[in-house]
Amino acid sequence: MTAIAELAMPLSPGLLVVLGGLLVPLLPVALARLYVLALPAAVLAYTLALPSGEHAAIAFMGLDLQLLRVDKLSTVFGSIFLIALFLGNLYAWHESDRMQRTAAQIYAGAAIGAAFVGDLVSLFVFWELTAIASVFLIWAAGTDRAFRAGMRYLVIQVGSGVILLAGVLFHVHGTGSLAFGHIGLDSPGGPLILIAFGIKCAFPLLHNWLQDAYPEATVTGTVVLSAFTTKLAVYALARSFAGTEMLIWIGATMTAFPIFYAVIENDLRRVLAYSLNNQLGFMVVGVGIGTEMALNGTAAHAFSHILYKALLFMAMGAVLFRTGTCKGSELGGLYKTMPWTTGFCIVGAASISAFPLFSGFISKSMILTAAGSEGHYITWGVLLFASAGVFHHSGIKVPFFAFFAHDSGKRPKEAPWNMLLAMAATAALCIGIGIWPDPLYAMLPFPVDFVPYTTGHVITQLQLLLFAALAFTFLMRTGLYPPELRSTNLDSDWIYRKVLPAIVRGIGRGIDAVWGSLTGIGLALVSVAIDGSARNFGPNGLVGRTVRVGNGVAWVTALLLVVLLVSYAAS
Amino acid sequence: MSTLSAALPHLPILQVVVPLISAPICFLLQRAGLAWAFSTLVSWLAFATSVMLLRAVMADGTIHYEIGGWAAPWGIEYVIDAANAIVLVIVSGIGAAVSSYAPRSVLAEIPASQRGLYYTAYLLCLAGLLGVTITGDAFNVFVFLEITSLSSYVLVAAGAGLDRRALTAAYNYLVMGTVGATFFVIGVGLLYMVTGTLNIADLHERVPPLLDNRTVHVAFAFIVVGLGLKLALFPLHTWLPNAYTYAPSTGTAFLAATSTKVSVYVLLRFLFGVFAPTSGLMALTMDYVLLPLAVIGMMAATVAAIYQYNLKRLLAYSSVAQLGYMVLGFAYGSVDGLTAAVLHLFNHALMKGALFLALGCVMLRVGDVTMHGVRGLGRQMPWTMAAFVAGGLSLIGVPLTVGFISKWYLVGAALEDGRWWIAALILASSLLAVIYVWKVVEAAYLREPPAGRTVREAPLSMLVPTWILVLANIWFGVDAELTVSVARTAAMGLLGVAP
Repeated sequence: MTAIAELAMPLSPGLLVVLGGLLVPLLPVALARLYVLALPAAVLAYTLALPSGEHAAIAFMGLDLQLLRVDKLSTVFGSIFLIALFLGNLYAWHESDRMQRTAAQIYAGAAIGAAFVGDLVSLFVFWELTAIASVFLIWAAGTDRAFRAGMRYLVIQVGSGVILLAGVLFHVHGTGSLAFGHIGLDSPGGPLILIAFGIKCAFPLLHNWLQDAYPEATVTGTVVLSAFTTKLAVYALARSFAGTEMLIWIGATMTAFPIFYAVIENDLRRVLAYSLNNQLGFMVVGVGIGTEMALNGTAAHAFSHILYKALLFMAMGAVLFRTGTCKGSELGGLYKTMPWTTGFCIVGAASISAFPLFSGFISKSMILTAAGSEGHYITWGVLLFASAGVFHHSGIKVPFFAFFAHDSGKRPKEAPWNMLLAMAATAALCIGIGIWPDPLYAMLPFPVDFVPYTTGHVITQLQLLLFAALAFTFLMRTGLYPPELRSTNLDSDWIYRKVLPAIVRGIGRGIDAVWGSLTGIGLALVSVAIDGSARNFGPNGLVGRTVRVGNGVAWVTALLLVVLLVSYAAS
Repeated sequence: MSTLSAALPHLPILQVVVPLISAPICFLLQRAGLAWAFSTLVSWLAFATSVMLLRAVMADGTIHYEIGGWAAPWGIEYVIDAANAIVLVIVSGIGAAVSSYAPRSVLAEIPASQRGLYYTAYLLCLAGLLGVTITGDAFNVFVFLEITSLSSYVLVAAGAGLDRRALTAAYNYLVMGTVGATFFVIGVGLLYMVTGTLNIADLHERVPPLLDNRTVHVAFAFIVVGLGLKLALFPLHTWLPNAYTYAPSTGTAFLAATSTKVSVYVLLRFLFGVFAPTSGLMALTMDYVLLPLAVIGMMAATVAAIYQYNLKRLLAYSSVAQLGYMVLGFAYGSVDGLTAAVLHLFNHALMKGALFLALGCVMLRVGDVTMHGVRGLGRQMPWTMAAFVAGGLSLIGVPLTVGFISKWYLVGAALEDGRWWIAALILASSLLAVIYVWKVVEAAYLREPPAGRTVREAPLSMLVPTWILVLANIWFGVDAELTVSVARTAAMGLLGVAP
């Protein structure tokens, strides 16, 4: 402790991971495998020993940057990010792809770095770095679909960064403060910053990149992706927009609407992506309520959520790894040869469904209680509905269709040892936190005065779960349940996949039209020389093509006329 | 040592005279190897001189040097302040990098009989650019501008060995360049008619009281348009894309990184150093001519760049857009805006220098700098393409590159004035820049090379200068302390604001 405090400028844990990650491509694969386990473990020890307070202030271009701010909120997010990185690396032990391994470290390091920065400019830098590093995990899948999904993902993520930068500029010019603290919607840049955070947090209608891109990543890539980007956004929201009432409604919508998509979706990793969205909704509601208990709930839920969501993605990844598919309609009966994976998947499913004694229970009930005690009854009702829904599609549907249901006849081998080990460790954490929540509660930003295991909480939750199970059984028995079909769901990403390109083409034509008329009604000299047509900016268009000397001189004459007129006007 | 200290007070004149005298010597040397070695030596000497001048200016303020001892308003005076000292460093620094890079590239692209002449033309161009920048005399600016122009037509035409279209490009450039220079000299002549002086400092005292004089208005219009043409202000940029496309790689790299920048500087000097920056004439011209043209140019040229197939042409259009940023910066008329403009002047030279040098490596090994030519080069020429990508990131304005610093100050200056829509357009054009840079990345890294093509990485003699510029992009992107302070001093000097 003192040794670290004595360092003139302690380094941000995130920066350590990024720099450490840069070494990965230089190491032989065998060594790199061990190294990427040691790296997050060592940095975690370092992080927990950091004294709280603000360190690593540097002046850059006349801006005071704060690379390391240690408080309980940043430490709890930083720690779970490091744990997730460790588990993800263990899960990816068998990979020999250097690029993926390097990208995962840099991506995680950027997210961790962002969790520890104290000013908005550094936040922006790490924000963009997560976007750029993570896209390689999608591209590493090597398919054309993955490439295209990765491109869309990159455009949206980098776009989020650009909006963030714009918001930060407004905020800084408006308030004069660079601090990454409470911003709120009253700040001039507030709405823009909220939109930037909202894109990464997959707010409703801004969410499609998630379901679009995550299921296209590699087996191991999805596990890593699921942990960082969205939770970083939750962290940023908790920092800057705690108590913004709008977030309660946004969050409630987020918990409810993905359920319908998840029910009819066939690709099980995409089902998990939808349920990821639903779980984020709980955290956003917590931020929106903004009381100490709600923020504690948000942090605790992010912590346990990262673990069980990673566990579920690991289990589905193992299935994909062994069978080559993740489609509900092609799977079933795998429990016979993959018993361990089945077991771990059920632990993940129980955690996400918030069964008592599993991690989801002790964190989700905090948010529910906070909503109830603040009088947000509609929200509370929506959250209850969403809890039933998530149990239904992630708790029952995913394990049921993958491992049980009708026998697909597939008899894959059990998952490799490293995947099993990673799943076992994650499952142990899920159960451990569920049974013994106090160490997690001790890490939370505010003192915890909450007992999860009261008769009321347990009974409510069990009733909810049993009725949801009943509904599923009833629908299956009566044949009303939507069958697992090969289908493509049309979500609102249709807007940017189809409508926006059409609009852009329209704008292009509009520009052409304006250019055409400008030249047409404008200077006769010019229009004679330009041969009439100005189709586009391309190599044969008005701007893009070689311009004849005469036309060039005509422009000169025209501009001379304009400047003369202006200077006459001035006198 | 004693000769060196004796030479010190004469650095301003040595800055120009050394390359100027070297040009005929270079011509007499004839043999390409010798000519190259000599011109490189001269370039480095010029670079060392300019660095010493910049340090002297930053430490002790403006330097006045009277040529031949003739006192200022009558004799020709060289005046060096922060604004032109930084431009001198850009010009000579890029010259040193490009000439060190040159021999292999010139060997491949220019016929044996013309190589010596090519180096001679380069030295003349260097001397001309340095002269335009350093002089404090309006007519002297014209003389050096003509030296620069004539030699740059030669540099462009030297590409005819590879593609005959270089000749028409050079001819087009010649006509347009001559029109620009003539407009400028007409403007200077009119000013001389009214004021009876050619010394810029002297003009600065005599012109502002005469601002409602019609002759001064006409002079103003001719100077703005003439220099606008020289600096490729949209839509007067028509000579630029072909000139950059068909010139030899080294010529393009040198001209793209220096010549338009020098013209921007001269326009800055005349707008702020001769005409009164606060007058209604200036305000109207800024708001209704320069600002709109800069914005339209920034958007239209960026869009045009997206559609280009030839990468040199793509970068040429991107240059037109980037010049739009510079004009935008000084069209705000504020200290912050001018700082951003001067900063971008420096930063853009680094980006474009690095990018065009990387393309020169591609030209040497593949012989084709189109989207087709770079396919699959990410694996075959990793260092070259990495340099291109780094330059491209800088062009977009990714943090930790100089491009980010420029954009940061430009956007900051726009918001300072409350022109938020311009800030939005700057960000939008940066996003469009992502598209054209990405197109190259996609071709180089995600496409397979054409069947049967095997290419080696470019030689070290070319990679090292390229990477020096790339690293400079990163260095000045991380530590912008020096460039920002010089740019701010320059901006304050130009606006006549006490620091």
